[in-house]
Amino acid sequence: MKTLSALALGLLLCASGPALAQSSGTFTPEITAPTQEEAQQSDGLEVTVSDDSDWQDLGIAITTFATDADVPTQTTAGTTGQLGHAISQVVAGDLKNNGLFKPSGPDGLPRPAFGEVSAPNYRLWSGNGADMLVQGYVHAGNDGTLTVGCYLYDVALGQQLEKGGWKVAPSDWRRAGHKCADMVYSRLSGESPFFDSRIAYIAETGSKDHRMKRLAVMDSDGANHRYLTSGQAMALTPRYSPDYSKILYLSYLNGQPSVYAYDLTTNSQKLIFRTTNPTMAPRWSPDGKWVLFSMSQGGRTDIYRITSAGGGTPERLTNGPGINIGGSYSPDGSKIVFESDRSGSQQVYVMNADGTNQKRISFFGGRSATPEWSPRGDLIAFTHIAGNLRVAVMSPAGRNMRYLTDSWQDEAPTWSPNGRIVQFFRTQRGSGEATIWQVDLTGRNERKLPTPVGASDPAWGPIRR
Amino acid sequence: MPSSLSMSRNLKSGSTLLLVAGALALSACASKAPKELPPEPGPARTTTQPDSGEALGPRPGSQADFAAQMMGDDTIYFDTDKYDIDAMDQQALAKQAQWLMTYPEKRATIEGHADERGTREYNLALGERRANSAKNYLISLGVAASRLTTLSYGKERPVALGSNEQAWAQNRRAVTVTID
Repeated sequence: MKTLSALALGLLLCASGPALAQSSGTFTPEITAPTQEEAQQSDGLEVTVSDDSDWQDLGIAITTFATDADVPTQTTAGTTGQLGHAISQVVAGDLKNNGLFKPSGPDGLPRPAFGEVSAPNYRLWSGNGADMLVQGYVHAGNDGTLTVGCYLYDVALGQQLEKGGWKVAPSDWRRAGHKCADMVYSRLSGESPFFDSRIAYIAETGSKDHRMKRLAVMDSDGANHRYLTSGQAMALTPRYSPDYSKILYLSYLNGQPSVYAYDLTTNSQKLIFRTTNPTMAPRWSPDGKWVLFSMSQGGRTDIYRITSAGGGTPERLTNGPGINIGGSYSPDGSKIVFESDRSGSQQVYVMNADGTNQKRISFFGGRSATPEWSPRGDLIAFTHIAGNLRVAVMSPAGRNMRYLTDSWQDEAPTWSPNGRIVQFFRTQRGSGEATIWQVDLTGRNERKLPTPVGASDPAWGPIRR
Repeated sequence: MPSSLSMSRNLKSGSTLLLVAGALALSACASKAPKELPPEPGPARTTTQPDSGEALGPRPGSQADFAAQMMGDDTIYFDTDKYDIDAMDQQALAKQAQWLMTYPEKRATIEGHADERGTREYNLALGERRANSAKNYLISLGVAASRLTTLSYGKERPVALGSNEQAWAQNRRAVTVTID
């Protein structure tokens, strides 16, 4: 088991005589001068991401993390000094790539000395327009583990806002960067963290009529990419378990499309339910105890639930007519939003977790499909089909529908762990090539995820513990 | 839309060739089960290995024979989101049923497909529903249900590769493939 333990900081940095790093030399002009609005924000820090225009101007300087001793590590990044730079790049990348901030650094900024990490030179930074300052350090333990500290300072107030520390195995060094980015993001936005999380998806290669589809996983920023299946059997629609120990997905391994549970600790898999009928569209309950799947029989498709431990008889939750498929639990596990064409076309319905009280909630014209309940509970993301396929959100009552994307074919939204960002996949007209994208709730900050090959069916897992 | 259908049949020749190759690859399995009835008409053939000479054509009762005999009628087509069997489909399925009645030992899989303009999971269910429609119609014509299985590929295996109405019409299909 990989461990990442949070530390109480202070031990390492107790003897930090503020080094006089007045290396005022090469300061970049990237940091913009603060406006009045931002000055207000840095008082209360009551900022919402749903209107990000002011956010992006918040000047956040992210500096290369210092080290108490520049020694070799067992990471690919190199020594602790080099690792300090790499970790700060992870932090800057997280905050920048999600369109939430426009941070500067670590390149082009002065490098705080180790002793400066807990005692920043506010004058230096305020003189160069930084509103916020992120500093940190890397320390290599005798057992090969790494301790990473992360500090967030409000330069204008001249005070520390937050600090965090994590002890990580060498292979997990990027997680320390994500934890630091999460700390900064959460403190400044008031939102829950989301960077330290993983994504399961389908890697696609080959021509449109003979596409090879493999189960794959990656970190939220695309790093630590790994294929889990060979591609001999077509894999589709993965879902991470809430504890990241398993992935449910559809495979054609036995000819008939069937839902398997892939165990990440043993790298083995088993059928979730043995049947000659096709099973598909697997989903976890928030507590990981239940699995939803859909099964076709005699042309109709219904949603079933079964215990994730395996065994037992599946309980049918829908009873036709037509196609009932998918399903996404509300965060408290009490309700399920799903898709049905019982009205004649794909529409979104909500039911209790035991299948009672099924009600249609989508009345927008066109078709509404692939509903996913936000982990915050406040919104449902779905695919709206009216000619093109577009990702949209609505309230759980089916109100306030609005589009987040506008393209030829965007489908299958999945939520970030904090419910502020939606990932989906985009198919290119003609070639059919698929790529994974994400967009925030404003619809403005849209970004393609870096994947080695074509990519579809993203499934964002929860925040890692 | 006869024009799009005839085009689809031309386009289908590529996959037909693949099916022939598949039939050849499976010939070892076929020879393990020599229960097949001899074909009714024509001169008796003594070859035990099928298709050794291309000039002789496919071995009667094989998938290659089925595909050749159907001349495109191994596939039926559907409107967007629909799964009903129309008059044209009925003709094709009647032809399929006739062949299947001729070779009562043969089993068949009906593969259901959808076009790319739908969501992935729904299309899997829709492909299954289409295959099931074809299956039910074949059963109504007297083919034993135990001989027929269905398999949905959703939108994952298009036969026409364009992104236009004509291509989508060709991809909304159910294809009967007999098992050698």
